[in-house]
Amino acid sequence: MSDAMKRTDQHPLDDILRSDRLPHIWCATCGIGTVVKCFAEAIQRTEIPLDDVAVVSGIGCTGRVAGYVKLDSYHTTHGRAIPFATGLKLANPRLKVVVFSGDGDLSAIGGNHLIHAARRNMDLTVICVNNFIYGMTGGQAAPTTPNTANTSTTPFGAFEPPFNLQKLLEACGASYQARWTSLHVRRLTNSMTEALLKPGFSFVEAIAPCSTLYARRNRLGSGFDLMKFYHDNSEIQHGADPREVDISFQDSIIVGKFIDRERPTWQQLNDAQHNRSLGEKYFRHDIVEAGGEVSDA
Amino acid sequence: MEKADSKRVLTGSHYLDGDHACTEGALAAGCNFIAGYPITPSTEVVERYSRRIPAIGGTFIQMEDEIASITAVLGAVWGGAKAMTVTSGPGFSLMMENIGLAAMLETPCVIVNVMRGGPSTGLPTMVGQADVMQARWGSHGDYEIIALAPQSPQEAFTLMIDAFNLAERYRLPVMVMLDECIGHMTEKVVIPEACEIEIRPRRISTKEKGEYLPYEIGADMVPDMAHAGEGHRYHITGLTHDERGYPAMDAEVHDKLVRRLCDKVREQADDIIMLDEDGMDGAEIVLISYGITSRVARASIEATRAAGIKVGSLRLQTLWPFPEKRIGELAGKVKAFVVPEVNYGQISLEVERCAAGRAQTLLVPHMGGGVHDPAVITRAIEEAAK
Amino acid sequence: MPRTEIRITGYGGQGVILTGYIFGRAAAIHADLHSTMTQSFGPEARGSACSSALVVDDGIIAYPYLNDTDVLIALSREGYEKYKVELKTGGTLIYDSDMVQPQDTGDVRMYGVPAARIAEELGNRIVQNIVVVGFTTAVTDLVDVEAVKKSVKGSVPSALVDMNLEAFRKGYEFYQK
Repeated sequence: MSDAMKRTDQHPLDDILRSDRLPHIWCATCGIGTVVKCFAEAIQRTEIPLDDVAVVSGIGCTGRVAGYVKLDSYHTTHGRAIPFATGLKLANPRLKVVVFSGDGDLSAIGGNHLIHAARRNMDLTVICVNNFIYGMTGGQAAPTTPNTANTSTTPFGAFEPPFNLQKLLEACGASYQARWTSLHVRRLTNSMTEALLKPGFSFVEAIAPCSTLYARRNRLGSGFDLMKFYHDNSEIQHGADPREVDISFQDSIIVGKFIDRERPTWQQLNDAQHNRSLGEKYFRHDIVEAGGEVSDA
Repeated sequence: MEKADSKRVLTGSHYLDGDHACTEGALAAGCNFIAGYPITPSTEVVERYSRRIPAIGGTFIQMEDEIASITAVLGAVWGGAKAMTVTSGPGFSLMMENIGLAAMLETPCVIVNVMRGGPSTGLPTMVGQADVMQARWGSHGDYEIIALAPQSPQEAFTLMIDAFNLAERYRLPVMVMLDECIGHMTEKVVIPEACEIEIRPRRISTKEKGEYLPYEIGADMVPDMAHAGEGHRYHITGLTHDERGYPAMDAEVHDKLVRRLCDKVREQADDIIMLDEDGMDGAEIVLISYGITSRVARASIEATRAAGIKVGSLRLQTLWPFPEKRIGELAGKVKAFVVPEVNYGQISLEVERCAAGRAQTLLVPHMGGGVHDPAVITRAIEEAAK
Repeated sequence: MPRTEIRITGYGGQGVILTGYIFGRAAAIHADLHSTMTQSFGPEARGSACSSALVVDDGIIAYPYLNDTDVLIALSREGYEKYKVELKTGGTLIYDSDMVQPQDTGDVRMYGVPAARIAEELGNRIVQNIVVVGFTTAVTDLVDVEAVKKSVKGSVPSALVDMNLEAFRKGYEFYQK
């Protein structure tokens, strides 16, 4: 067999994706797949050694991402990816710890952990696939569901004010925030790369279609139609005020990099305070002493 | 087994309360990560840890709640730490979700519960022993845990070391169930030299990269671990999983997994269980107790022995797994078990189950907020002996 | 020494817990005795009538709480009023004579010391309880005087050791006068 033929057997992302677990469970034209592909490319682009990357997820469609990446990957409980990732990061600061989470997992049941991780500026990269609905459990309303979308628990239209996750996290203190749709493949990959390289709490929101539930219940066509709609109706505004980027039902979506600021991480603050108070007595301890560089030192 | 690190061991004689002794036990055992949330009457454990750890090496983080605390502990363990969390009743309830995850992922960790009166907010500053069933059954599904109950600050120190060693040996959550009385009682605690303290190292896989399977089982039903960042690039999940760690929605895989999660403890129960017995020869009555109640009952045992009743004492240092074999043996020989506890009947139900009608079981309840009047226990022993 | 039960009471901030701790530690660590200290917790511990309870024995202590108080140390009036009924007939009452005016019922031995005033003369009211510790050590045969002194040294901030030992001496000598 020629070298050229061998190469065709290999997918370029085989090194990052767990091909022995394919086919995946996601519906056709769901947006999660493209987001995962962007992530895989971004990881490669950062040149962070793959052995040093850990992915943590909770429950839901996006929660299954951990199972498809060929990295140390932890599929935990509903909403709890962030505290698990926090422990992982603090135990081994050399790791690049990434949380993959859906909007419900992250901002409803996991909402308390989300705001506190951002407040602490915990050195994590959080990727949120926001499809405005609970997919895994059959299309219920989420804290992000816009008025007056139809879901299985708002059969007459959603009426609660939804979260604008960008505004929420900006107020809490995240270091980096961006939003794209799942069809902005190149820009999404760029933002993920930046987020992965940014010390502190970085947050990338990917607006994605739920083809089977959100699109169908709201008669929005196929998943691909909806993905295209989001893309075509987005308006790039880098540096937009996060307070102004609410998302309304089937309206234009403001995308771009909203926040990129320098704030010390939890570990840096912890070390600085103990150095100030204890001086030489403070014993900075990386629980795992693997000889690698400490990424946030 | 390895020896403790002398830097972490406060060798000498100290006058400590049970909570602080717990901290020293954890430090001696090598605990280098605590995530916790303040709750009476357990907070002294993390207060001391947060003061001690910066000069020793390790991390304390105060999380946003108890759910986050136990979950951060699990993450830290998979990142390479020896970790624990500390709480009391209401926080223990919140932790149950991820105690289940700890059991499912087979994560070695320690949970200290300084028990207060419940249900709900109950009696925050006062004693209870009413979480012992919750320790065993609190999370959903079938699994086994280990739970220990110290009766003094000294024993809080030593059982913390046992707890970490058991967690590493069997890869599961181990609970140290202090009660408020023991947590807040100050006594002499003798901390030995580090070289006299045995520490069980983590079972780390020696497999080459690419060969490691997270749940591949050796002879003793306990898999070896790999931490994040070691190059194995493995996957684990709270879903029912096969030996690769991959989800497997399959009754057969589930059967195999659940049996193993339980049997790795059940089949080793004799090795795990620690009991403190006296006066069993020819005993007609056996008093079964744990924690503070074993100390309160001591006067009753002495009084009734002096009155000619043959009373044996069986103190549970290990609450779970339950010593069903030992109690079964005794049930064939004695007339009755007397079980005082600071609740409305929990361990007494287990005793009754194990006695299986061959001996009477007499519960002596106290609802909490204080301990029994020893006279009440004395009367119960007299009653049982009639 | 047979089982001896001591109650220390006062209001939050008077060092009631530390007083119990010092005697308990003296007995268990610096003398060849056993001791168990328990204390009040919660708002009570910060408020008006907080208390610590100590059992000292030359044998192992099983039951850690008080049945029959042998010695009641009262640093405040409210504490005295609350706990005086506990004190057994023939027991010993030790009190701050500027804070507490006990009724002499004839069935307990009573020893007063103006501890707060002595402490103020030493320049810091905070050592009131240590004056009482010294006084109690002299009045009772609870624990050997050297053991208590070692315990005081080991239980207070190192910068304040001298002042505390001076307070201890004043209290001790007040009884001997």
